[in-house]
Amino acid sequence: MKPASRFLTRPDQVGVVHMTLDGEALTARPGDTVAAALLAHSGAASRQSVNGSSRTAFCMMGVCFDCLIEVDGQPNTQGCMTLVRDGMALRRQRGLRDIARSDADA
Amino acid sequence: MRDADLIIIGAGPAGMAAAATAAEGGAQLLLLDEQPRAGGQIYRDVGVNGDTRPFLGKDYAAGRPLVGALDAPGITAEFGATVWRIETGRRVVWSRDGISQVTTAHHVLLAGGAQERPVPFPGWTLPGVMPAGAAQILMKSAGLLPRDAVLAGSGPLLYLIAAQLIDAGAPPRALVETQTAGMMLGASRHLPRTLRAAPTLFKGLALIRKIRAAGVARHTGASGFKAVATENGDIEFGFTAKGRAHRLVTPLLLTHQGVVPATHMSRAAGVAHDWCEAQQSFRPKTDTWGGTDAPGLHIAGDGAGIGGAEAAQAAGRLAALDILHRLDLLGEEARDQKAAADRAALDRALAIRPFLDAAYPPPREFLAPEGDTIVCRCEEITATDIRRSLDEGANGPRQVKTATRAGMGPCQGRMCDLTVRGILAACGTPPSTPRARSPIKPVKLGELAALASYQETST
Amino acid sequence: MPAQASDTTIIGGGVVGLCTALGLLQAGRRVTVLDGADGDLRASQGNFGLVWLQGKGAGFAPYAELTRDAVAAWPNFAAMLQDVTGTGLSLDQSGGFEFFTDPVELADFAADLERQQAYLGNRFSHEIIDGDKLRRMHPQIGPAVVGATFCAHDGHVNPLRLLRALRRAVLALGGDLKTDAHVTAVAEAPGGGFDLTFRDGTRHGTDRVVLCAGLGTSSLAAQLGFSTRVYPQRGELLITEKLGYRLPFLSSTIRQVDEGGIQIGGTKADAGPDDSETLDVMAGLARQAVSVMPALADVRVVRAWGALRVMSPDGYPVYARSARHPGAYLVTCHSGVTLAPLHASVLTDWLDENSNAPDLEAFDETRFAISDAA
Repeated sequence: MKPASRFLTRPDQVGVVHMTLDGEALTARPGDTVAAALLAHSGAASRQSVNGSSRTAFCMMGVCFDCLIEVDGQPNTQGCMTLVRDGMALRRQRGLRDIARSDADA
Repeated sequence: MRDADLIIIGAGPAGMAAAATAAEGGAQLLLLDEQPRAGGQIYRDVGVNGDTRPFLGKDYAAGRPLVGALDAPGITAEFGATVWRIETGRRVVWSRDGISQVTTAHHVLLAGGAQERPVPFPGWTLPGVMPAGAAQILMKSAGLLPRDAVLAGSGPLLYLIAAQLIDAGAPPRALVETQTAGMMLGASRHLPRTLRAAPTLFKGLALIRKIRAAGVARHTGASGFKAVATENGDIEFGFTAKGRAHRLVTPLLLTHQGVVPATHMSRAAGVAHDWCEAQQSFRPKTDTWGGTDAPGLHIAGDGAGIGGAEAAQAAGRLAALDILHRLDLLGEEARDQKAAADRAALDRALAIRPFLDAAYPPPREFLAPEGDTIVCRCEEITATDIRRSLDEGANGPRQVKTATRAGMGPCQGRMCDLTVRGILAACGTPPSTPRARSPIKPVKLGELAALASYQETST
Repeated sequence: MPAQASDTTIIGGGVVGLCTALGLLQAGRRVTVLDGADGDLRASQGNFGLVWLQGKGAGFAPYAELTRDAVAAWPNFAAMLQDVTGTGLSLDQSGGFEFFTDPVELADFAADLERQQAYLGNRFSHEIIDGDKLRRMHPQIGPAVVGATFCAHDGHVNPLRLLRALRRAVLALGGDLKTDAHVTAVAEAPGGGFDLTFRDGTRHGTDRVVLCAGLGTSSLAAQLGFSTRVYPQRGELLITEKLGYRLPFLSSTIRQVDEGGIQIGGTKADAGPDDSETLDVMAGLARQAVSVMPALADVRVVRAWGALRVMSPDGYPVYARSARHPGAYLVTCHSGVTLAPLHASVLTDWLDENSNAPDLEAFDETRFAISDAA
């Protein structure tokens, strides 16, 4: 079961940004950070720590790095420092990040 | 040939006030901030929120003129700009959109502000536990309101957030305070001096009245914090107060034990620091203008010692006046004359500080935790791990770090430096300031490599 | 010489001092290790963790031999430390590369390896691999790499866990580890043995003293009649965020720590006691790493640091007995990790003057006097 968001969303914002989270549709409001959008969306973990425990965004000001997430193919991006954008593809990271594969590897 | 007269790092109250003063005095300056918009954390997004969030209060709205004043000739403001290295030669290396650049200036003013003091206890890494200030950032920047939250800890910010939530129609479920009547009584010896800060004190009392009137459950003298996740993802928050064990279930546990100077940047820049016992934090050594022992480097605002937004603005203007003087844009006498009002404002703003520091001291269980409590969130190093390294001969922050990996993750120790220091002190090791190095925020190898060619072509 | 049942004091609690202490403890000696302050220059906390043979001693056969012996002794040494302390070192000796982007440098280094081969005969092997073949082996290697050398004997460990394991082992075997013990003076005691004075004025008596103080060696060496002076050579290093991806190769300048971070290093600079990290070198290291493996470009550096190597005048280790003060010894080198197994074993025999002691004459400091005179 997906835990409900731990936050109430104020109705004072206009506009909507369409993104995906692990391939599923996710909407946010313009001007939000990725981390805020995820917290508004659900109360579930958005990342695993190095030892595999669940984490969500924590400090919201770029200090703690608990909001790391893959943004448009870029792993370990700080979600609290990244503004949402239409078409953005987010992926929650499980385990350590990978490296970009070169063509030769494929 | 320098790129600018002055580089100001941080567009919070200190940086914004300094920028306006320096620009007015004729300096060409570059203002860098990592966030997408001006304001710092205290005035976060105040420029774009307009009147849409009145529950944030008048003190928040007071930041709007500072943001407006940045639109002045002489000020180039860059946002989303992450500074990752400051050199004593007054070169600042910063990154934006994946590209790093080197900017030189005659002077650098650090106005990086504060961060919340880490509040480690069993379960503080669980989803559903956050710093209270982080929730307030979400209230300001995203219009998100904590749902049925429990506020736990100590300090004026807890009252403010509780009051803001009440005004926003989302009152907290409970307020759990670690401070005791004894602490408040001990702090009262600072009250005579505090009378000069009576307005601040009255504001605080008004907040507490509002919380009482709203019927928010209040516990004081709480200790023994522990959080566990329930089956449906809520937090079961356990603590002891007045000799009784309590359990509160909440979607969101918001903790707070005050804020501390964010010293990573100043330490990495080589500025001398000392330990501030009253604020239980590292603090750069500064003179009355914010000048440091690093040539050309000033520090203003909460990054030089916690004083709050009004003190930060005054300190920012004082630093700007001194820098204008050093740039030969302002005579010494004129500097001192212009500084008089700011010095008075600074004194006024700081008058309440000794009372606040004494009334809301962080309890020992958070300063020097024990057992399985995680100290380093990145590497998941526990208090027991830290203590064991001390038994094996680590006798300072550097050896604790290399022995345990505490502080080696991406946050580079921002979330554990103070706790490691607290455990060292509790075990009898004299405190020393941990060293910080560049890059003070992670930077991609490709970005760093591109800088190699930049330097070759530019020198 | 009261070799049996004597007290030995090791000045220096880094990898070299702790290994020396560990060997003596295993031989039944009573040992005190004096470690300094947290802020001291500590090469043991800043190094790259290589257990490396290729290129070592190309100009000095005894060093090539010593290093070969050390590399061979590493598996048993790591297993012993794991047994005694429960700390795994992540030793990996599956071979290492040196990558080259300049064909002239490759040819020069290949000539060095030929000399090393001549010294070591069938105890050594190496390969020269051209760029195209290298990229067939490891498609991740970038086009700027013109070739590489490979030595199957090379490897690496986790250097910080090595240091921690050594501390644990010394404590487990009953060694006395004193911290914040900064020795300012050492002199022969009237009744025999040595008298050490600490910075706070307190003193410590000992039968034998072994100086393993890294860059803190020179002034105490002089007091014990040694002529060796060591100097610092700065190396700068980068380490990246942890990767789940496993780097398919090890090189002397790019390696993956077992925890997942990629460590990049190998620079040398004469910067005195300054262990700062510098922008030019950081950028140069990054460029080097990205040219060797372009896919590293999007990996983030989380830390950079400078560390000071402990260099003797010719760069080789010094193992010296004081002629003027019998019972005083000097042990210093910059390859404390690679040589660790020997410092914890055969060096004990040399210190105890056992019949099976190795001949370390070639590493005596008299060699500097000879070369000075030449």
